[in-house]
Amino acid sequence: MKNRSLISIDDFSKAEWIKILDIAEDFEKNPKQRILEGQVVATLFFEPSTRTRLSFESAASYLGAKVIGFTDAASSSVKKGETLNDTILTVSNYSDIIVMRHPREGSARYASEVAPVPVINAGDGANQHPTQTLLDLYSIRKTQGTLDDLNITFVGDLKYGRTVHSLVIALCNFNATFHLVSPQELKLPSYIKRHIKERKLKYHQYTDLNEAIPSSDILYMTRVQKERFSDPIEYEKVKNAYILNNAMLEDAKEKMKVLHPLPRVNEINEDVDTNPKAYYFQQAQNGVYVRQALLTSILGVK
Amino acid sequence: MSEVRKELKVSAIENGTVIDHIPANVVFQVMKILKLDEIDRPVLVGTNLGSKKFGKKGIIKVNNKFFESEEINKIALIAPKATLIVIKDFEVVYKKQVELPKSIKHFVKCVNPNCITNYENIDTKFEVHFTDENEVKLHCRYCEKFTAQGNMTFI
Ligand SMILES: [Zn+2]
Repeated sequence: MKNRSLISIDDFSKAEWIKILDIAEDFEKNPKQRILEGQVVATLFFEPSTRTRLSFESAASYLGAKVIGFTDAASSSVKKGETLNDTILTVSNYSDIIVMRHPREGSARYASEVAPVPVINAGDGANQHPTQTLLDLYSIRKTQGTLDDLNITFVGDLKYGRTVHSLVIALCNFNATFHLVSPQELKLPSYIKRHIKERKLKYHQYTDLNEAIPSSDILYMTRVQKERFSDPIEYEKVKNAYILNNAMLEDAKEKMKVLHPLPRVNEINEDVDTNPKAYYFQQAQNGVYVRQALLTSILGVK
Repeated sequence: MSEVRKELKVSAIENGTVIDHIPANVVFQVMKILKLDEIDRPVLVGTNLGSKKFGKKGIIKVNNKFFESEEINKIALIAPKATLIVIKDFEVVYKKQVELPKSIKHFVKCVNPNCITNYENIDTKFEVHFTDENEVKLHCRYCEKFTAQGNMTFI
């Protein structure tokens, strides 16, 4: 993986994902190793995403790397009309690796073509966010002991959720059975379902969340946003149907865990937070280890 | 119809290119994309001609013009079944159905309004795919979205 960019999850093979997860496991045991001392990590956030940026910066800092960059386009030269090409080339002079987030789809792929240093995509519009997918895989493997043959339930906005789409595609490599819970209007699109069908995997669709819970190993929650509905009355009808509360988890499997890419609004009731099945905060924390594994693998230290 | 056809046949060209078997409804699109509406050499255009194999077809003959591979790619995108006939000294020296390359550069715009190629000065790059109905669709190397045949606009 040395010197390679990570733009889309497909840029790495399944064997390489597993290797990243294994390295991340080592970092979880011992996150503070100054093995990137003297290296510079640039975090270029052309749109703000505090959570993702802090996770990368924390990962780099624990490893002893210096972090440079900007937190949104308004405070950088981009605002003065500099092209992406020029920004990337300039920053490449000052850094060993670039982590970038950008509102336009394809921006990260383009940056990786221009930059003489490797680029990690931290989200390009609605397109890709591969480190989220890797940290989701890490969280699933850690809590279930395996990635293979699991029952994974996705809940909420399955139509527009980039996170859901990438994770579904990734899990198609691990013989998953999919349980898809969403309002009629926000079902998983056919171009994503095609991946499930091509692998001849099983999937079930529901509009009632309660029906899917007992068979789930993982309950992956996402937010149902009002803006996604063409008819506001439709939204009013379903808005409370995809909110998880503690009582609903009574029939869940012993080892089942609730995941969420965060930030949540109200789709997981706070009474779930103290349930041992709640895993979303640890999930976010796992992001640091996975990003440590990526930085060190790409910089050739691991 | 047979009269027009005869006339086109009669007006054979000494040197140049004939594009045959263009679906009638895209003849003028082919003219435009090849900028044949701007050149000063003789161009003969026939359309709505009957063809047993193709239904209504069109034909374009251009004097003293030999197309570059990028231009042929453009023809193939709009009229994948077109035949290209190259004529030198009144003789056919080349006759073949146009072929779509595996990838397309430069001249098609990505349909995704939020694609970076629509904001920065970047050459578009697409992989050529086909739908279940055997229509061309282009996969953008950058935003990873598909541009369908009906949505293609040319740069
Ligand atoms: Zn594009």
